Amino acid sequence: MMAALIFAVSVVTLLMFFVSYCRSLTAASSSYELSKEVRDVTGIHAIASGRDFARVMQLLQLCPERPEDRPGLRAVAYYFEILNLLQKTLARLTPSIQSWAEQERAGCANFAVVALDRRIAFSREILAQQGEL
Amino acid sequence: MPGPLALAIWYIGIVLEIAFVVCSIARKSFFRYLFLNTYFLLGLGSDAGRYFFLSKFGLDSTEYRYAYFYTDALLTLALYVALISLYVRVFGELRLNNFVRFAAVLLLLGTALFSYAVVVQSEQRLVTTFAYELSQNLYFVGLVLTYILWGAVLKLRETRTRVVQFILSLGLYFSAYAACYALGNISSRHVAVQYMSGAIGCLLPLTWTFTMLRHTEESRLEPARLLAVAR
Repeated sequence: MMAALIFAVSVVTLLMFFVSYCRSLTAASSSYELSKEVRDVTGIHAIASGRDFARVMQLLQLCPERPEDRPGLRAVAYYFEILNLLQKTLARLTPSIQSWAEQERAGCANFAVVALDRRIAFSREILAQQGEL
Repeated sequence: MPGPLALAIWYIGIVLEIAFVVCSIARKSFFRYLFLNTYFLLGLGSDAGRYFFLSKFGLDSTEYRYAYFYTDALLTLALYVALISLYVRVFGELRLNNFVRFAAVLLLLGTALFSYAVVVQSEQRLVTTFAYELSQNLYFVGLVLTYILWGAVLKLRETRTRVVQFILSLGLYFSAYAACYALGNISSRHVAVQYMSGAIGCLLPLTWTFTMLRHTEESRLEPARLLAVAR
């Protein structure tokens, strides 16, 4: 009985901490100013929307990986999947959840765009170093 | 010896622990987050000790089980100290450091007394069920403490990215561990739970190293963005 109670409470807090952790990741990239290159590549000139996420993730695959990006991107990708699930289920009944989930999905897309921007800058650095050699 | 998957998870955990300490030194934050680093250094020491008992006595030996659960209890204690150091950091500006330290000592004494009382009552099942239940309870207390600290972070509008992410990672780690141990108790320690427990052990050094690499001490967050509220 005690174990079942601890399990239930822990799963709820795990979900809560996961959502907050992902929000802290996306919030950290919200004030980032995108470069002209990434805006041209993605076609996002003002604010990213949830629909851009999959496309930006595909573009990320084309750039050399930065090891420090990997855990954050993976966590945000899982969070995005949870938000998709939420949109397909609970959000259909409650409009406020629908708009909140869309806002969060946009935050995830923005995080991915910032990661792409950093990867492009990283690729340029590598090319410049190779050019010097 | 454990299977190749369990060993691989163990080695990954060791590499991540070393990575956090190295990153802290490289970022000149070792002493700033001394207790977090101490926790991982103790973790490395306990890994070495466990490996010694494992190779000398084998996986199913009583010696290895004692070594495993007692180093686990010691590490949980070290993690409490790391958590209290985060409390001191969050409440530092309110000049409540002395109160936090006093409360921490009281809590540790209370936990020790509670554990001692349970040990006295269940001496005959010290190694197996008791140690398992004790770990589950310790992780759950850690989870409650982290939850309270997270509430304080939101209330005090803490903006330091590193502190916020360290606390959230700790919350994730404690919740996942408490759930895992409780699931183990419910499902009579199914083998999958053992692998899960090892994988969760990698979560904390992974997320903390990521935070250390990605953010500087000057990085700030907007506290309003941390509240997950649908309006």
